[in-house]
Amino acid sequence: MTTRIDARFAELAKQGRSAFVTFVMAGDPDPATSLDIIKALPKAGADIIEIGMPFTDPMADGPSIQAAGLRALKGGMTLRKTLEMVRGFRKDDDATPLVLMGYYNPIYIYGVDKFLADAKSAGVDGLIIVDLPPEEDTELCLPAMKAGLNFIRLATPTTDDKRLPAVLANTSGFVYYVSITGITGAAAADAKAVGEAVARIKRHTKLPVCVGFGIRTPDTARAIAEHADGAVVGTALVDAVRGSLDAEGRATAKTVTAVADLVASLAQGVRGAKQAAE
Amino acid sequence: MSPALPNSFRSGPDERGHFGIFGGRFVAETLMPLILDLEKAYAEAKADPAFQKEMDGHLKHYVGRPSPLYFAERLTEHLGGAKIYFKREELNHTGSHKVNNVLGQIMLARRMGKKRIIAETGAGQHGVATATLCARFGLECVVYMGAVDVARQQPNVIRMEMLGAKVVPVQSGARTLKDAMNDALRDWVTNVHNTFYCIGTVAGPHPYPMMVRDFQSIIGVETRQQLQDVEGRLPDSLVACIGGGSNAMGLFHPFLDDPSIEIFGVEAAGHGLTQLHAASIAGGRPGVLHGNRTYLLMDEDGQIQEAHSISAGLDYPGIGPEHAWLHETGRVNYLSATDEEALEAFQLLSRLEGIIPALEPAHAIAKVMELAPKRPRDHLMVVNLSGRGDKDVPQVGDILKGRKQ
Repeated sequence: MTTRIDARFAELAKQGRSAFVTFVMAGDPDPATSLDIIKALPKAGADIIEIGMPFTDPMADGPSIQAAGLRALKGGMTLRKTLEMVRGFRKDDDATPLVLMGYYNPIYIYGVDKFLADAKSAGVDGLIIVDLPPEEDTELCLPAMKAGLNFIRLATPTTDDKRLPAVLANTSGFVYYVSITGITGAAAADAKAVGEAVARIKRHTKLPVCVGFGIRTPDTARAIAEHADGAVVGTALVDAVRGSLDAEGRATAKTVTAVADLVASLAQGVRGAKQAAE
Repeated sequence: MSPALPNSFRSGPDERGHFGIFGGRFVAETLMPLILDLEKAYAEAKADPAFQKEMDGHLKHYVGRPSPLYFAERLTEHLGGAKIYFKREELNHTGSHKVNNVLGQIMLARRMGKKRIIAETGAGQHGVATATLCARFGLECVVYMGAVDVARQQPNVIRMEMLGAKVVPVQSGARTLKDAMNDALRDWVTNVHNTFYCIGTVAGPHPYPMMVRDFQSIIGVETRQQLQDVEGRLPDSLVACIGGGSNAMGLFHPFLDDPSIEIFGVEAAGHGLTQLHAASIAGGRPGVLHGNRTYLLMDEDGQIQEAHSISAGLDYPGIGPEHAWLHETGRVNYLSATDEEALEAFQLLSRLEGIIPALEPAHAIAKVMELAPKRPRDHLMVVNLSGRGDKDVPQVGDILKGRKQ
């Protein structure tokens, strides 16, 4: 089974460049603006889009993404509306891979089977669920694979060689390497250490390895993209949303362009990367 | 009740940390290797007689165990029914049952070579116990506490700081216990290489619910022996308050396989179950948060709701997974007491027995006031008096003064 994610990486390999993966929060600051933002991302240079599913208690996220989730929830965002948003995006774009990222509880409450069916039909390609390690694969990972969705696993600096096979076993689409031990938006990633870690993971898998957490600038994005199959930027984009809001926290005329402009400059960074020697 | 009754209520969890459908290990990958290490280290410590011997020594000479089992004569007379005993956990060093668990975890942290300890706290009782043992063993201590709780439990904040701990006021969410736990988990993910997370209740990812229960089970083990010594038999009922549920689990667990014993857990009903409250079994349903599946307060989208209780220690929208299972199997009856009922019990106990309880066990006493009069005089009821009320004196004083004016 080939998903949009597999197709996109195959295409990028032909072009000889790494993927630029963007993360934004669904419904931030309101559902309509949020849909406009994700629609603007591919044109600005995003190769893959991760959409955050807002949750009240995002344990692995720093203050920026926590606040984005709370803005979205305050604006009435729900998991059902997130799937509607995906449907809205798919009307005009059937190629850009969409990955939903978040925490398990809203999915568990929605109902795993119903969620997988609805996500698949809406046009979702993959899932990243932060609080589902391989030890809990029966919950969602295995059913998602059966439903034809990629289950993208996080590998971290604490995932040693002994544990990597377990982490990679049911992973598909790509591997998301978390470049720091920490929460989103915290420390800056060190390109050299990241390069070594990516090389280590690649000894265990043929899947593309994307790197996230701690990438904020075109320069870092370029440096990381030289060592990996993709660079993920989230907090910086979410901060751009926040920075564009009015005093009451509402979207302004600048909101969509603020994100799109930043994505364009980060995409330049990624596209400027020399392909890593493999 | 849905699940088939098990042969024993004391054999859980399974090797993956499940009590029925509850429990598990729902954590970020960064933490997973550490959690597996912890599980292994705990299994080794448990099998090591030297570990148990050292712990017994500290429990006796530092904590002051065994805690007394006290016949509450005037409360018994006043209520006119069951014969009421208090397990006096409030007499432990640091003023609550929390120290039993913290001692075990700190000894384990030392065994694992961890030099930095973090903890979450609601009322501050777990934070004080952690700060105390970190001082005793020369370890760095950081305590996460919701900003609302920092304000309403000032005496414990001052105590923690005097003991050398750093108290971090948490500003996210409702700024209470749930948010303190989120920030403690964020700290742990960031400092995983040198940090031990000392969880204060029977919740979190496996092995915490099991490990904390084991360390707290000394409460029930002692109670069994002590009641045998004075009455020559087992109790007829047990009552304890429940936030996460560690004092209750500690008292209940050694008695779960004695079917004649009625067991009551008391959740915090706050302003009442139809309004803001913290009773996750009465008002919640199964979901996943903070590393485990359990009963949680949440909306129809699976977003966690803010709990409310007058007692900072019970102000949490979840409950330990083993309690969720004991509820579903019907072994334990879960009741709830409102803020008002707890305040009334707090005053009654102060005046009748000369014991100012913490607001947390005041919830248990509130239900004893309902349960005891309906039972015969030869019915033996044991209540866990899990903490003392010094920390609540300013808060309750203000509330009562406000009413007189």
